[in-house]
Order: sequence, then C-alpha cells, then structure tokens
Amino acid sequence: MTGEPLVAWIGQMLPLGFSWSWGLDGWIVVIGSLAAVASSLLGNFLVLRKMSMLGDAITHAVLPGIAVAFLLTQTRSSPAMFVGAVIVGLLTAVFTEWIRGAGGVDEGASMGVVFTSLFALGLVILVQTADAVDLDPNCVLYGSIELTPLDTVSVGGRDVPRAAVVLAVVTVVNALFVLLFFKELRLTSFDPALATTMGFSSKWMHYGLMILVSVTAVACFESVGSILVVAMFIVPAAAAYMLTDRLGVMIAISVALAIVSAVLGHVLALSVPAWMGYRSTTTSGMIAVAAGGLFFAAATLGPRHGVLVKLVRRQLLSLRILCDDIVASLFRGEELEQPPPTATWLAGELFASNWSMKTALAMLRRRGEVADQDDRLQLTHVGRERGQRLVRSHRLWEQYLVDRAGSGAERIHDQAERFEHFTDRNLRDELAKETDTPVEDPHGRPIPDES
Amino acid sequence: MLNPPERNDDANLPTAARDDGTGAEVPLSVYDLTVAYHRKPVIWDVGFDLPAGQLIGIVGPNGAGKSTLLKAVMDLIPRASGRVRVFGDTYRENRHRVGYVPQRESVDWQFPVSALDVVAMGLYDQIGWCRPVRKKHREQARDALGRVGIGDLADRQISQLSGGQQQRTFLARALVQDADLYLMDEPFAAVDAATERAIVEILRDLKERGKTAAVIHHDLQTVPEYFDHVVLLNMRVVAQGPVSQTFTQDNLQKTYGGRLTLLDEVTEAMRRRESSL
Repeated sequence: MTGEPLVAWIGQMLPLGFSWSWGLDGWIVVIGSLAAVASSLLGNFLVLRKMSMLGDAITHAVLPGIAVAFLLTQTRSSPAMFVGAVIVGLLTAVFTEWIRGAGGVDEGASMGVVFTSLFALGLVILVQTADAVDLDPNCVLYGSIELTPLDTVSVGGRDVPRAAVVLAVVTVVNALFVLLFFKELRLTSFDPALATTMGFSSKWMHYGLMILVSVTAVACFESVGSILVVAMFIVPAAAAYMLTDRLGVMIAISVALAIVSAVLGHVLALSVPAWMGYRSTTTSGMIAVAAGGLFFAAATLGPRHGVLVKLVRRQLLSLRILCDDIVASLFRGEELEQPPPTATWLAGELFASNWSMKTALAMLRRRGEVADQDDRLQLTHVGRERGQRLVRSHRLWEQYLVDRAGSGAERIHDQAERFEHFTDRNLRDELAKETDTPVEDPHGRPIPDES
Repeated sequence: MLNPPERNDDANLPTAARDDGTGAEVPLSVYDLTVAYHRKPVIWDVGFDLPAGQLIGIVGPNGAGKSTLLKAVMDLIPRASGRVRVFGDTYRENRHRVGYVPQRESVDWQFPVSALDVVAMGLYDQIGWCRPVRKKHREQARDALGRVGIGDLADRQISQLSGGQQQRTFLARALVQDADLYLMDEPFAAVDAATERAIVEILRDLKERGKTAAVIHHDLQTVPEYFDHVVLLNMRVVAQGPVSQTFTQDNLQKTYGGRLTLLDEVTEAMRRRESSL
C-alpha cells in the first residue's frame, strides 16, 4: 500500500481498542464500501419505482444462474457467472410480469413464486455440487468478506483483492449508468406513461436497470452474500429518501450513507464482540445492521418525514395556538372591561397544563406582547394588536359560516376557534369582502377593525 | 336504448378513412378501434375525426373507456384492432406533435422532484438521450410555470403543491412540449375554481395559436362553455360533432342512459366459453 507512514500514523491516532491491519481491514472496508455504493446507486431507483421487492427477488433468484455457470466453468471469477446471473435476473423480471399478466395474480405473489422457486433451485444445485467444487453455500448466502483480501490479482504490478477489482468496475459502470441516464431514469420512474409517449421506453429502462441489479448482485454476493445485498440495495436509498426532496441529493446522500455503513459495520464487527468477550463477528452482517441504524436515525431525525421533527413541529404549533388563545382571551376580557386575570385562572380557563402555560407566557413576555402587573396579566400595545387580529378573524369566520356556509349559529364557535389560528391578513380581507364588511358577528358582538 | 355491437351510423365513419389519405390535416383520426383487457372489450369499434384547431371534449360515464381511448391512441396499451392516424401518419411518426397530460393520480407526488423539474420533463424529448437539462431548458420551464400562474412555486417539492397547483404543473409541462395536438386526461378533476379558470384560459390560448386539444371532461354543465366539439363515448362513439348540434338531451340520454348490457353478456359468455376450452 502507498503512504505507509501515513497509514501508521492514522493507525496510531484511531483509538479503536482492537487490532487493525491496513493490509487486511483496510481492504475489507474498501470492498464493503464498493459493494454498498454500487448497490445503493441502483437502489435509489428501486425505492422510487416501488420495486424494492423486485430487487430482493432478483438478488435471490440469480443463485441458479451463478450455480450453473459455476458448474460449467469450475471457476469463480469467470464472466460466465455474470452472464448466467444476468440471464436469470432478467428471467425473474420477465416471469414476474408474465405471471402477473397471465395469471391475474398480484405482483407480490407472483414475485414470491418466481424468486423462491429459482432460489431453491439454485440451492439444490449448489448443495449437489458443493462437495465436488470449491463453492460453499454458506458463503453464497452470507458472504465471506473477511476472506476476500486473500484472493488477489495483480493490477499494475501490485496485488489487489480480486473482489475489489470486480466491485470497482461494477461501481464505475453503475455510476456511469446513473449519470448518463439520470434524466431518463428520473422521467421513467416518475411518469412512465409520459416517458413512453416521448420515446423513452420505460420498459427498456426497466430491463436495463434489472440487468445492472443482477450484475451488481453477483459482484456483491461473494463479499456480502445474496441475502445481505438486499440491505445494501434498499436501506441507504430509503434512508436518503427521508432526508431530502431532490433526486440528485438523494443519490449523493445514499452513497455517503453506504460508505459510512460499510466503515461503521466493519469497526463494529471488530469492536462490539470484543466488548462482550467474544472474537469478531461477521462484517457483512454488521454492515447491514449499521445501515439499519442509519435508517432508524434518518427516520427519527429526518427534516421531512422525521418522527422527532414532526413531534417538535406539533409541539411548537400547539404552543403557538396557546399563545394565540391567551392573547385573544385577554383581549376579550379588556373588551368586557373585566379586571386582568391571573395566570392560574387563565390556565384553568384554557385547559392548559402548568408547564405549557409557563412556556407560552415566557414566549409572550419575551416578544413584549404580555406584561405582568403584580400577579395579573395585561396586554401590551403589540399584544393588543395581535389579539385584535385574532378576534377579528374569529368573528369574521363566524359571520362567514352563518352567512355563506349556512351553518347553525350554535356550532360555529368551535370551527372559528380553529380557523382563527390559520387566518392571515389576505384571508381576513377576503372574508370581509365575502360577507359584505360586517360590523357585528352573528352573536351581535362587534368585529374589530384591522389593527 | 340498447345498440347492437356492429357499427351503427355514419357518425362512426371518419372522413379521413373514407377518403383514403386526404385527411392529412386531421390532427387525429381513429378508425374501427377496439381495445380489450383480458378479452373483455373496453372500447368497441370506435371511430372519429377530430377537427383541427378546436377544443374537443371527450365525454362519457365512468368506465366508458375514455382514458383507454387516449392511451390506445398513443400506443401505451395494445389495440385489438383498428387504425389511428395522427396528422395523416402513424402516432410513432408524429409523436413529437402530440402532448399528453395524464391523470393527476397516475404519478407519485411524493417523488423527490421540484415543480420545475417536472415541467422540464416536457423538454426531454427535445433534449435527447443522455444529454443534461441545461440552464436554458430550466428557463423555458420557469416561463411555462409563469404562464400557468405558479411561477413563484418553481422550486417547491411537488408534494407541497395543492391539487390545483399540481394540475397546473402538468399543464405547464405539456405547454413546453409545444405540440400541435394535446391529449388531456381529466385536467379539471378535483381542482379549485381559480385553477379551472386558468386551465380554460390556457385551452383558449392554445386554440388561438391553432392547436387542437382533446380533453376528457366530466362536468356536463360546462361542456358547451368550454368546448367547440364533443365526442360522446360509452364503449363506442354514441355521437360526435359540434357541441351545438351534438350535445343534446337525447344523445346524453343515449350515452349515460344504459350500459350496453347485452354486449357485456355476450362478451362474458365468450370469455367463459374460451377459458373452458
């Protein structure tokens, strides 16, 4: 490897707490990253086309292709294996379509039929031949990424793991495919009918994608196994989907997550069992676990669909509504010339919890909308304007609901109470226009002017 | 009320088909078109010529085969029989001159693209394979969004648009295609009043520029106001012609009045017979 001093320095700096050999672990991380990147590049489109299950089906179904090619050629590196896998991969896609069309079965069921049959066939062939040849069914299913650095080929006079070379080629091919056909992939994934009318056949894009998924599955299966490769196709892309609403950004994020999950996966595989007093565990499994963890983080923290963000947003909204209610309630009190209320009394009136009342009041005081006079709450000038706007919205809505929507006067209060929080200046003007600029609401209370 | 399955009147005989090739200016000529799903005909023996430079409403009850008709015209679904001529030639030959506005529900609006991205898709054909969308294309798309009145929403992700705004995005995409014949699948479905007005405005503008638009439409009330010509469809063409003559109570009764139950029965019997063989 190049830059031995640098590597040694990094090795010293990383407080990993376990032995790390760059010649071995370095390559494992590189191979894991390449496999994850090659897969997730295509995975974006599997996710967006809602074809994740077809990706799953193909990665399993290529097994008989690999097995037969292996039987015929007796080697693991032969291009025959890729050819065999591509043929079976395409057959999976075609059979799935065909069974769905001819049998009237839904896609999930027809996929289930095709890929389990093919996968089982592959297993039977493999087990039959496993004694005779050097291909271990366990390796095919779970991969043996730890052993890949040992099987090297010479590239430019240097020994490089064969898996790294194969995966690098596949990664470049997939990256070129996504770059060159970015526009076509976007169109056929979003609106296949329009794409077809424009001469970008969505059928051919579909099969092109399936060919590359098959090739990638074969390239990866040796390292991570035919089961875990599914995680590499789908999980980083699905996580990226939660984090952005732009396709280009989604692909970039999925690649970054793929690399992070590969590195993290190997580090975890080395460190986690050591903490518990075991020897290291399988890296490919840990890569999938790490990817799953990243997905969970994205699902929780994502800005668009994230659970946490939604929770915070909901909290903020209900806080804003409580602020509105406090201000409007103080405004109505002033209107009726009642003495200013205490915070406790108002909290009871508005069914607000102690905590949220405190937070809301703190917000209102900071914005200078409510001031304290002894233990009583009073509106400031700014606060009075906000209250006036809210009460105006409320009463205009009541007028509108009775006048234009034909609601009964007894039911309008609750609806107006909800609408007032979402009514801006424009909407108020529209409401006033629609109801012929009323001066009183249906209950006979005055509608204040725009402040 | 019930009509026999064979071709029943002159309305179904398009002039282009009769005059054998003289209808080069006819934007869309359909002759004897039958489409079937699982051997069950969805449209049967449909034939009509669309007049050039007019707004045409395609009207009929649910399940009358209106969407199927448009899709079959554009080779999106296989035809059991029949012939389609677009500006006197096959659809394939003239597809550049046809703009398609699919139903809004036909795509996933959660897809990670902006309104501008969607509109730019209308230019992909012109841009060609493997070439990127350039700045001038984005400018064109932005202009089109301005024309449909949502220029300020160009960078919004499409799920953050209202239904009406989504429909306008689709129309803007068709506008940048700069086609001569537009096929629109229910552009007025579930849109707000402002969008409906905007769409009518766009249609009239298209007509003024000599384009032809065939629009699947559901609201019978507005047919005379929006369209010049109407095709009444219920598995077959019940009537077609200028709105003033064709859009009559009698024809509507025929279109909406009864399903062709005898036709259903005979095809059902055929299906049973053939599947038992």
